[in-house]
Amino acid sequence: MSKQAQHWEKTRGLLMVTLAIWFVFSIGIFLFGAEMESVGGPFGYPLTYWFTCQGSLGIFVILIFWFANRQEKIDEEFGFSEKGGDD
Amino acid sequence: MIKGNFIDNLPKVYGIYTGGFLAFIIIMAIGEQMGMTAKTIGIAFVAFTVAIYAIIGYLSRTAQADAYYVAGRQVPTVFNGMATAADWMSGASFVAMAGGIYFKGYGYMALLVGWTGGYVLVASLLAPYLRKFGCYTVPDFIGTRYGGNLSRFLAVVVLTVASFTYVTAQINATGTIASVALDIPFQYAVYVGLVSILLCSMLGGMRGVTWTQVAQYIVLIIAYLLPVFWISNKMGAGFFPHFMLADEVARIADLEAQFGLGTVTNSAADLATVPKGLAGITKAHSAVNATPWAFISLALAMMMGTASLPHVMMRYFTTPSVKAARKSVGWSLFFIFLLYSSAPMLATLSKLSLIDPNLATGIIGKSISEVQAIDWYQNWNQANLMFVSDFNGNGTLELNEFFMGGKAVVLATPEIAGLPYVISGLVAAGGMAAAMSTADGLILAIANALSHDLYYKIIDPKAETAKRLVVARVLLVVIGFAGATIAAMEIQGILGSVIWAFDFAMSGLFFPLVLGVWWKRANREGAIAGMALGLASGMGYLIWVRNGGSGFLGITQLTFGIFGSAVSLVSMVVVSLITSEPDAATQKMVDEVRVPAGKSILGKH
Repeated sequence: MSKQAQHWEKTRGLLMVTLAIWFVFSIGIFLFGAEMESVGGPFGYPLTYWFTCQGSLGIFVILIFWFANRQEKIDEEFGFSEKGGDD
Repeated sequence: MIKGNFIDNLPKVYGIYTGGFLAFIIIMAIGEQMGMTAKTIGIAFVAFTVAIYAIIGYLSRTAQADAYYVAGRQVPTVFNGMATAADWMSGASFVAMAGGIYFKGYGYMALLVGWTGGYVLVASLLAPYLRKFGCYTVPDFIGTRYGGNLSRFLAVVVLTVASFTYVTAQINATGTIASVALDIPFQYAVYVGLVSILLCSMLGGMRGVTWTQVAQYIVLIIAYLLPVFWISNKMGAGFFPHFMLADEVARIADLEAQFGLGTVTNSAADLATVPKGLAGITKAHSAVNATPWAFISLALAMMMGTASLPHVMMRYFTTPSVKAARKSVGWSLFFIFLLYSSAPMLATLSKLSLIDPNLATGIIGKSISEVQAIDWYQNWNQANLMFVSDFNGNGTLELNEFFMGGKAVVLATPEIAGLPYVISGLVAAGGMAAAMSTADGLILAIANALSHDLYYKIIDPKAETAKRLVVARVLLVVIGFAGATIAAMEIQGILGSVIWAFDFAMSGLFFPLVLGVWWKRANREGAIAGMALGLASGMGYLIWVRNGGSGFLGITQLTFGIFGSAVSLVSMVVVSLITSEPDAATQKMVDEVRVPAGKSILGKH
């Protein structure tokens, strides 16, 4: 397999993991909104309320930075990262 | 003026700017103590901030295509994040969102999840690849990846339909705020708003818009967070509201039960006496009050719409590298998160301050005549944003007898909580910044697509740079005036048209964009079918439901993009597979897009 094909395979793998996490916190948990309601969440908010106001939103922020770092590592591993342009 | 050196000095420049703005707030506060009227303060806030944006817009003037279309591709990650956040958070986010949460509770908070979760799709599926492509506009990508004028033209059509729907709402919002702050009729205020918007973008294009949007983000985030923290402290709810309002949320749930929310309802005859646009509290504040599908379908539509809206995507064309584009999406969402996570807190504080009889500001349970004598009630009643009526004739105000406009949650809460008027002036400046920055991004997206893709690429490929930029600027003004004229007619509300814009964008563009990168086999015929049938079916569904159609699968007029994009996906895949695969050159191009290293497909960056 060529270097490029391997790079793309890893990139696709990372995409799948990222989208899976995204799916859980944007859609998956809200299938159980009513069930989670009686459960206490962080800071004493009802768990469903906390996820819609803060939890999912914060997880998305962290997820994007995590994704960006992993993708950079993959690019470096195959020598496909850009020269310079780092700020 | 704004060159290499300026980029290195950005933190300093915007640091001084922020300090100057805070100093201005303090001067206004002192002015208020010394007897400046509320009206003068309102005018000063709006005039001062708009003047600064206009100066930035003038200093960013340019005659180069690269600077005009993509800000020279040198905007650092964090600053591009701020600019995107301002571009993204519209008048709807700033003025209407907390109000929506106040009235609709959990079901409405699907928008919070949808308008943030979409950025995960932007970061992982699209932004870095489109940056590598090196295009000026989103239709530029479609036109080059799939080839042919028809695919490029259809992308321009989808972009224009979605962005134009969106921009009328933003000009409407600038007009609303300008008319309140400057005390002039809405029909004129709309054009005042428009001129302010054009001042930022006309001379400098994307470069001007970028640096004004950063300035606008700073104003809008201060204007949103300061009142939330202040009110929370004043009410004794906690010095850091985001982590400390659990008791208040629980208290609202208790009060809802005590006041008979959902059991005491108004008759149709009573409701007919309530002024148009005002609503009472009819839904629980925090309890789950929507079916899972109603919540998820709205969130899903907004997420896919986010990843298809060209004015957001083109912000990532301005970063120096592919790597920077990815990180920049993270920063964008972080800056958006600061405001979005505060909106439910503001809704909670606002609601509790009005309905809790134990608080001095609470009005439920007081006598009707007492409430009608309160200063702020009279002000906001006159502005047509508040209304009480003694339906049951017992002389006391009940929960179901109090009505408010959605905008009042953001605009009136500082006054209700007894904050000085300087805060209300600040909030007006913030709302203006939010609406202006989004309108600028949208008008520029449309004008750039028409000037670059329609005029330069399709009509006159030999046009010189100077002529192209003249065309771009003329279009900017024409589109702005068209938007303002429609906004002045006040056809739809702000929030409704914003949501439609997302649905239009995802119907026509989501799959042609995503599959262009992720599916090599996608070809021109497929993309054309995907865009044309997707947009047509989405629009058809909307018209059908608006005219009394029952809809299916619980897809409403707010989520019609789910149907449109499904049609788009199926038709794109089927048509691609029954026609021949893309030529070798196109396949090679897709391979190159997939790795960050090397030259971009278009241009030299």
